[in-house]
Formats: sequence, structure tokens, C-alpha cells
Amino acid sequence: MRRLPWTILAWACGLAFFFPVLWMVLTGFKREADAASNPPTWVFMPTLDGYRQVFDRDLTPYLLNSLMASLFSTLLVLVLATPAAYALSLRPVGKWRDALFFFISTKMLPAVAALLPIYLVVKELGMLDNVWTMVILYSAMNLPLAIWMMRSFLLEVPASVLEAAEMDGAGLLVSIRRVLLPIVSPGLAATALICFIFSWNEFFFAVNLTATRAGTAPIFLVGFISSEGLFLARLCAAATLVSLPVVLAGWLAQKQLVRGLSMGAVK
Amino acid sequence: MSSAATLEKAPVRPATKRAGPAASRRDRWSRRAPLLPALIFAIIVTQVPFLVTLYLSTLSWNALRPGSREFTGLSNYATVLSDGRLRAALLNTVVLTASAVIVSVLLGLGLAILLDRKFPGRGIVRTLLITPFLVMPMAAALLWKHAIYNPAYGLINGVLGGDTDWVSSYPMVAVVATLVWQWTPFMMLIILAGLQSQSLETLEAARVDGATGWQTFLHVTLPYLRPYLELSALLGSIYLVQTFDAVFTITQGGPGTATTNLPYEIYLTTFRKFEYGEAAAAGVVVVIGTIVVATFALRVISGLFKMEVSR
Repeated sequence: MRRLPWTILAWACGLAFFFPVLWMVLTGFKREADAASNPPTWVFMPTLDGYRQVFDRDLTPYLLNSLMASLFSTLLVLVLATPAAYALSLRPVGKWRDALFFFISTKMLPAVAALLPIYLVVKELGMLDNVWTMVILYSAMNLPLAIWMMRSFLLEVPASVLEAAEMDGAGLLVSIRRVLLPIVSPGLAATALICFIFSWNEFFFAVNLTATRAGTAPIFLVGFISSEGLFLARLCAAATLVSLPVVLAGWLAQKQLVRGLSMGAVK
Repeated sequence: MSSAATLEKAPVRPATKRAGPAASRRDRWSRRAPLLPALIFAIIVTQVPFLVTLYLSTLSWNALRPGSREFTGLSNYATVLSDGRLRAALLNTVVLTASAVIVSVLLGLGLAILLDRKFPGRGIVRTLLITPFLVMPMAAALLWKHAIYNPAYGLINGVLGGDTDWVSSYPMVAVVATLVWQWTPFMMLIILAGLQSQSLETLEAARVDGATGWQTFLHVTLPYLRPYLELSALLGSIYLVQTFDAVFTITQGGPGTATTNLPYEIYLTTFRKFEYGEAAAAGVVVVIGTIVVATFALRVISGLFKMEVSR
């Protein structure tokens, strides 16, 4: 029973960290008067007004932009990263280590140092406020992570399995399709999830390169920054809605998340 | 931890199976081919812009003054390095990154230790704990600014009473607290993975040798965790040094320049002052600083691999 205090402490910490999220969700269901009351309202009649107003204020196109940018960049990243990871793991090219570190070093360069030329080029090409611009930038942002992750999953394929396939006379493409892909598909899914999360949450490039046509979900939230005339319930409803997809996905894939975020170095 | 072990073994596999120089050249290219699209894409989208930044940094170019674009050599760098605002931004970046990383790694370590034991509802508690990390950063920043810090109807004053304006009274603390709340779960996940990979035999051996729980933690577990602590601090630094959402939303860099970090300052120089040359030079300075840190960082990652191989 001397363990009980530690269990209570663990639960208390969990609830404390979760509380702001709970508060956000609850506030989204309040009337504006209840949301902005002091002291805070704990008991209230839930209403869907906040959510209704968020959709009235046209959240939908922003959500669609986010969905498109995240989905297509995730696809592009997987198409680029999977073969690259293959070339850096199972049948490594010479200097594979240098290539691997080159990719990760691009992740360490601050985005702000590349913003100006990217902005100028995109403007010159007439691609400002365009979803496809975001697809390309998000792909570049997630590519190193995806390569490192996919590589660590590919390395788990037992060499004997591949050799057996070769002995049976399977060509390279066949053994990739029939042997490799089925084994690494959970890894592929985890990589896709991480890329999707980072793209969905990205703000820096979105705020500088998009506006009304290609604005993503975080850009919708920018309208709530100033505190004058703030509608707190509506803000919380919007914040809950845009966070929901990633929170749900993250809850479902906790294990893969750790490994992905630490670039496969930790399992 | 098998990945790192195979990492070292992988290249030992025979490079070519077929004989003859022509065949081996073809074989080399067939190995390279899958890598090339990713490599070319990464170079075009990440390296070329940086080279352009280098070029722009030598221009005197304010986008508001047409025709002002001319070569000025290194004078932008002189401006940047002697600029008080930029020095303040550099200092703020260091303070913000270091304090957020240190606090969240320590909290993450504590939480990981709590979660390492079996207890009723452990899965639920872990799920509750990681949620802040999953909330969209922009949403989190707005939530803290308005629902928690707001002087009139924020939660802190609502519970404690008083009318403190938390954001303007303690701007840096307000930003760091938000970041710590978001990043502690991430640190916890990595450290927890480390704790759970520790072999029970070692811990058992320590107990047989008569070590107390605290001694075991200090002399066995903590040294074992070191690479995981380093990794979490390192990855946290890579992301937190680029903090933009929280500064942009909660304080707009203020009051004054109290919370203006380098990404936000360069953003202001580019999109509010339109001093393209200066912004580019500041960007290059940031990159040089990052390269210094990243060199160290890459060594830590390599060290992590090596350690796993020797195990």
C-alpha cells in the first residue's frame, strides 16, 4: 500500500497536464457570457452555439486546405523517402552515413533563414496563397524525419527473409512488393502519421505564404489573436475542432509516435 | 534497440555480387537511383534558398524603396551585429530555449519515473499526459493567452483572485510556461522509452549488492538514461529554438522586445520593415550559430548509435 501515494501523484500530474485541454473543450460548449465570467463558470448548460458560429465563419475551407496540404505532402514524402531509406539501409550506397546526416542537418537549419528567398521565388512564380506551394514546403520539412524513420523500420526486416526471396528467384521489384512492403507497412503508417501531424500544425510558412485562398487551419485561428471583442467560447470551439484530428490520431498511435518523433533512435 | 546494431552491420554486406567493372558500375547506379529523387528535392528546396539568402545578405534592399537594390558587401552584417535589437533577440532566444528545454526535460524525467511503474489506469494517465503535445501549437498559444492568462476572465485570476495581467507582467515566463506544458510530454515519452528498455537484471544486481532505491537511481539508472536525456534535450532544442507560434500569438515579442526571439525578429525585419538585406544577413548569422550547435548535436546522435552498437 506504500505505492498508493505515487499512484495518486501520477494521476494528479496526468489530470493537471490535461486540464487546460479539458477547459478548452468545456469552454467551447459555453455561452459567451459563461465563458468570459469571473469567477469561472463550472456548471453550465452546454450549447452548440460556439461550434455553429465557427462553421458560420467559414472554417470549412481552411480545414479543407489543411487537409489537402497535409495529405498530399505526406504522400509526396512517402514516395520520396521510402526508396531513399531503402538505399540507405538494406542495399546501402557508398557514403550512406554522410547522406543520412545530410538529410537530418537540413532539419536543423532554421526555417527563418530560408523564408525570404522562398517567399521571393514563390511570389515571382505567382504561387503565393497556393496549396501546392505548401505541399512542397511541408514535404521538404518532413522529408528528413521520414527518411530516418523509414530507415529504422527497414533495418528491422530480417536479412534472411530477403535472401530467401532472392533464392526463390524473386526479382528486386517483386521482393520489395511481396516481402518488404508487407513487413514495413506499420512503419509506413507511423511515418505518414508523423508527417501529417507536423503539416497539420505548421504555422510559420502558412502565415507568411498563404492568405484567404490557401489559408490553413492555424491561419483561421490568427483572427482570434487580438483580445478586443474576443469571443472566448467561439475561440475554444475552433481550437478544439482544429486540434481534434491530431489528438485522436495521436491517442491511437502512442507507441509509434515516440519512435517517429525521436527519428527512430528510440523505440 | 536492434536498429542501431544493424546500422553498423549493414554496409558489411557484399557491395557487388556480379563480377566485372561494367556490371559493378551499373550495380552502383542501381543502388543510387532510389536515393536521388529525395536528395535532389532536399537540395533544391532547402540548400538553394540558403545560398540565395547568402546572396541577398550582401544587398542593400528595402522592398518599400523601389530601385534600392544594390551590392553593399558585408555592411548588413555590420548592422546586424551592432544592432541592439538583434542582440536582445539573441539573448531572448537563448533564455527561452534553454529554460523551456531544461524545465521540460526535468519534468519529463519526473513523469517518466512515475509512469515507469505499473499502477491502475497507467494507460489512461499516459494518454492524458501526452495530449498537450498533440494540441495544435497555435490553438495552445491562444488557449493560454485568453483562457488562462487573461486578466479579466482568465482561469488563473478566476481561481486565485486579483487582476494581474500575467502576459505583460511576466511575458517570458508566460511564453516559457506554455512551451513547457506542450513539450514536457514529448520529453517524457522519450525518457520513458529509455526507462523501459533498461534491463531488469542490472537493477536486480544493484539490489542484491545492497543499493537503496535512491542509490540505484543515481548510479545505475541515471547514467543509463543519459543518452535519452541528451536526445530529448537535443530534439527539444532543435524545435524550440525556432519557436514562432507562441511568441507571435501570446506576446507579439513584447512588451518592448522582452520576448522577441530571433525567428520573430527576422520575421519583423522581413515583413514589417521590409529590410530584405538585413533580414537575410540576420538569417545567415542564425544559421552559423545553429551549425555550431548542430555539429555538437550530430555528435550526440552518433554517440547514441555507437553506444548501442557496443552494447
